[in-house]
Amino acid sequence: MKVGDRVKIKRGNITHTGIVMPSKGDFIVLKLDNGYNIGIKKDAKTFILEKEKKIVPKKTSAPPINPSLPTVSILSTGGTIASKVDYRTGAVTSQFDVEDILRAIPELGEIANFKGEVIYNILSENMRAEYWQTLARAIAAEIEGGADGVMITHGTDTMGYTAAALSFMLITPVPIVLVGSQRSADRPSSDNAMNAVCATKVATSDIAEVTVVMHATMSDDYCLIHRGTRVRKMHTSRRDAFHSINARPIGKVDYATREIETFVEYKKRGEQKLMIKDHIEPKCSLVKFYPGADPSIVDHYAARYKGLVIEGTGLGHVSTEWVPHIEKAVKKGVHIVMTSQCLGGRICDLVYDTGRDLLEAGVIEGGDMLPETALVKLMWILGRTDDPDEVRTLMRKNIAGEISGL
Amino acid sequence: MGLKAGLEIHQQLDTKRKLFCNCPTELRSTSESTYEMCRHLQIAESELGEIDRAALEEAQVKRRFIYKGYDTTCLVENDESPPLPLNPEALDIALEVALLLDMVPVDEVHTMRKIVIDGSNTAGFQRTAFVASDGKISTDEGIVHIDTLCLEEEAAQKISEDVGGVVYSLDRLGIPLVEIATKADITTPQQARIVAEHLGMILRSTGKVKRGIGTIRQDINISIAEGARVEIKGVQTLGMIGTIIEREVLRQVNLLKIKDELKRRGAKHVKTEIIDVSDVFASTQCSMIKKALKNNAVLAVKLTSFGGLVGREIQPGRQFWDELSDRAKRFVGRVFHTDELPGYGMTNAEITKLKKKVHAAPDDGIIFVAGERSKANLALNAIIQRANEALEGIPEETRKALEDGNSAYMRPLPGAARMYPETDVLPVPISKELVKKIQRSLPELLHERKERYIREYGLNDELAGLIACSERAPLFERIMTLGVSPTLVVRTLTATISELSKDGVPVQLLTEQHFIGVFELISANKMAKEGIPSLLRALATKPSKTASTTVSELGLETLSKEDIEKLIIEIVESKRDFIKERGTDAVKPLMGLIMEQVRGKVDGELVSTVLKEKIAKAMGEV
Ligand SMILES: [Zn+2]
Repeated sequence: MKVGDRVKIKRGNITHTGIVMPSKGDFIVLKLDNGYNIGIKKDAKTFILEKEKKIVPKKTSAPPINPSLPTVSILSTGGTIASKVDYRTGAVTSQFDVEDILRAIPELGEIANFKGEVIYNILSENMRAEYWQTLARAIAAEIEGGADGVMITHGTDTMGYTAAALSFMLITPVPIVLVGSQRSADRPSSDNAMNAVCATKVATSDIAEVTVVMHATMSDDYCLIHRGTRVRKMHTSRRDAFHSINARPIGKVDYATREIETFVEYKKRGEQKLMIKDHIEPKCSLVKFYPGADPSIVDHYAARYKGLVIEGTGLGHVSTEWVPHIEKAVKKGVHIVMTSQCLGGRICDLVYDTGRDLLEAGVIEGGDMLPETALVKLMWILGRTDDPDEVRTLMRKNIAGEISGL
Repeated sequence: MGLKAGLEIHQQLDTKRKLFCNCPTELRSTSESTYEMCRHLQIAESELGEIDRAALEEAQVKRRFIYKGYDTTCLVENDESPPLPLNPEALDIALEVALLLDMVPVDEVHTMRKIVIDGSNTAGFQRTAFVASDGKISTDEGIVHIDTLCLEEEAAQKISEDVGGVVYSLDRLGIPLVEIATKADITTPQQARIVAEHLGMILRSTGKVKRGIGTIRQDINISIAEGARVEIKGVQTLGMIGTIIEREVLRQVNLLKIKDELKRRGAKHVKTEIIDVSDVFASTQCSMIKKALKNNAVLAVKLTSFGGLVGREIQPGRQFWDELSDRAKRFVGRVFHTDELPGYGMTNAEITKLKKKVHAAPDDGIIFVAGERSKANLALNAIIQRANEALEGIPEETRKALEDGNSAYMRPLPGAARMYPETDVLPVPISKELVKKIQRSLPELLHERKERYIREYGLNDELAGLIACSERAPLFERIMTLGVSPTLVVRTLTATISELSKDGVPVQLLTEQHFIGVFELISANKMAKEGIPSLLRALATKPSKTASTTVSELGLETLSKEDIEKLIIEIVESKRDFIKERGTDAVKPLMGLIMEQVRGKVDGELVSTVLKEKIAKAMGEV
């Protein structure tokens, strides 16, 4: 008996007929003819009625090109923007082909023509700094190839990191939009369709920046356009998980009217020439300070890493015990940046003694940067220079909207 | 005629928490809503590229769903968070019902997602789990097999619907319910009713199901030979089941007659030729069309060979026309057909012009609609589809039960294949031990309980049935240990309570302890039964008090026999002349006079005996 076989199972006086489903553990999982799955103990008597029938899915043809519409390149990293459910087996498969995405979200075809490429097919928690480089290069190639905008489908967990990395690595003449879904794309209620429609609107707009476009509220009413360096996932499951921290979003997209309204200044389409600066130093880390945290944590990183971002308390503090360890690390050549675990607000180490001691020890103040953005920025800077003064200057300088003027 | 019917009963369970979250299973008033959200639903395509026909129809109208939430709903109802594990309390009740129906539970329960895109489930699917199968119940007309028992989430309650969207309330979403489906073994309307009653009795026997309007719903599957399977949803009362089946049989018979008549006329498939007939009504006096014509158009379609059939009655008070126009209702408000004209301010001249414009023969019918072009088009296409189905016979449909026993179109019968696993909920194994434990403590069935009450307490059939089916049956049995009159207790727990409730007394505040306290007083002869209503009224108003303190506050304590005698002697003395004049006829008026003073404190029979005795004595003395 194999998965996919149609079988009859006898349990005492009764029988169940259905298709064998994949299962782990002590039970055979049977999909009954009425659509339900049930688990049956493995010791039941089984008769195979029919061997598995392989059904080859029909391949859909590419939709016709509408010459009056702009072209958007969709690059997939594994974040699911479209799914297919096979109700025969209950299997849900992610869709990456442009044809399949358009079949799942037909509204997209009214906004743009699409090209697509799968760059990665990974869970977003499996992203790595090196993958950001590959992605940045692929985006640059699409832009060089004439794309009017680039849309990246990405798992939401680490979307903020990738958005920040691309913000530093690319100077772009066209919109680069990251999009995903918080609620699985197989469910009719998924936020995928509205997010994709709004993201496509932004990809065809004049907002030539790296942005994240996701639901603004629990309702399917509008999406916010977040700057890639300011955005953070603030909820595990809600549609409106993404927030701009310490900055206003660039704007919003109304789902019903598909109109974009902007709130702040932004780089306009064609304003800058395409440039890629994809250097990165992955040997950087992010540490959260907590009451009683052992200062040898700093020594551990100092021995192995080139840069360290600390999420300090409040205005940017760690315990007095940590200060000499930090001083030693800086002397050794490790670049240490202070951010706040408050997320909201900026670092100011001049207010209290510990802060002043930290500054003397050589800590770089991270301003109002998100800790994650500061980490990505530090990796990016260290990929180019190791000079302490230059690192300090660049960390404090606004490069991609990540830090407010001091 | 070959009637085959099956029942599907949906019964809400009275659990503390919802099926997949910790919210209470409490219904709220929409005025208490604390937040609102709006959503759209999309259909997912199956791997085979087939879209469920019911789902497709829903999706044709891109609808906006508005949900009202409360401080008793959470992110799970909002579809903003994964569900919690399957509520074990609900699963236990489902297993208990399954065992009462002789069903066999599965070894492991898997929760599925069943696609429902009418907006009644925020996720676009209902979570449902197959718990048991292969049960049966016996009726005089034969055995009816119980096919399946599923445990599932209740849907959100629809509040209103208009062009702006559908408004749902989230309070009901997620309340556990069991869905029990019989095989289509039922062959007569009477049998259907008996089966439904029996299932209802078994469910109530658990004492763990919700009661009241809307907590139980019946759906009926009906087909006749040469007819089609039709599911009628939302039958609210058991009494209607027979009528609904009779009316559906009638509908199918009449639709088959229409099919034969169309065949006789040589009717062909209606072509999708929609014609703009706005100019016909350019100077119409029909206000509905006049209004629509300001910005929109009148579109018409010719139903070849349907003339005269459109207005034919298929159920008492429903015409074939209703079958057609039901399909268009979701797109436009009003559709007209030539069988109902002249009327509505339209003239014979206009009708003649209309017939000419669409080249209608005398045998043809014309359907027309005034409104926004795209919607009018959708409406007419839906009608054409239904008209073409009439040539084939009877469409498989899900229909909505109407109050008079007729039914109206809801949507096509959904295909079978629209379920897939709910991967956010782990499967739950059902151990032999759990099944044994539930089997050992199965409740007494209500009809058995009623027989026992007749036997043990000498109650009559009516009162025994009343209390056995009441939620207060366990309280009744506790009170019976006090040695009071069973009839008095039943009347108090049923009639007295409902009278007080009608009077606006908050009887829901009365506790079991209150009732026990009252009957302890009765049992100890510390108060008369006439005082019960006043005492309960006082206790319901001040539920913190006990029966024994309240009885003295109200002065309802029984008078001693001496006190009563003293009182009666006083009255008899003062009415001596009256007694002299009336003789024994004086008993009744004097009785009234005395009872006015002592009602509730004394047994009327005792007063009567003493009074008669004293009057006789007084008369003797004259
Ligand atoms: Zn909840």
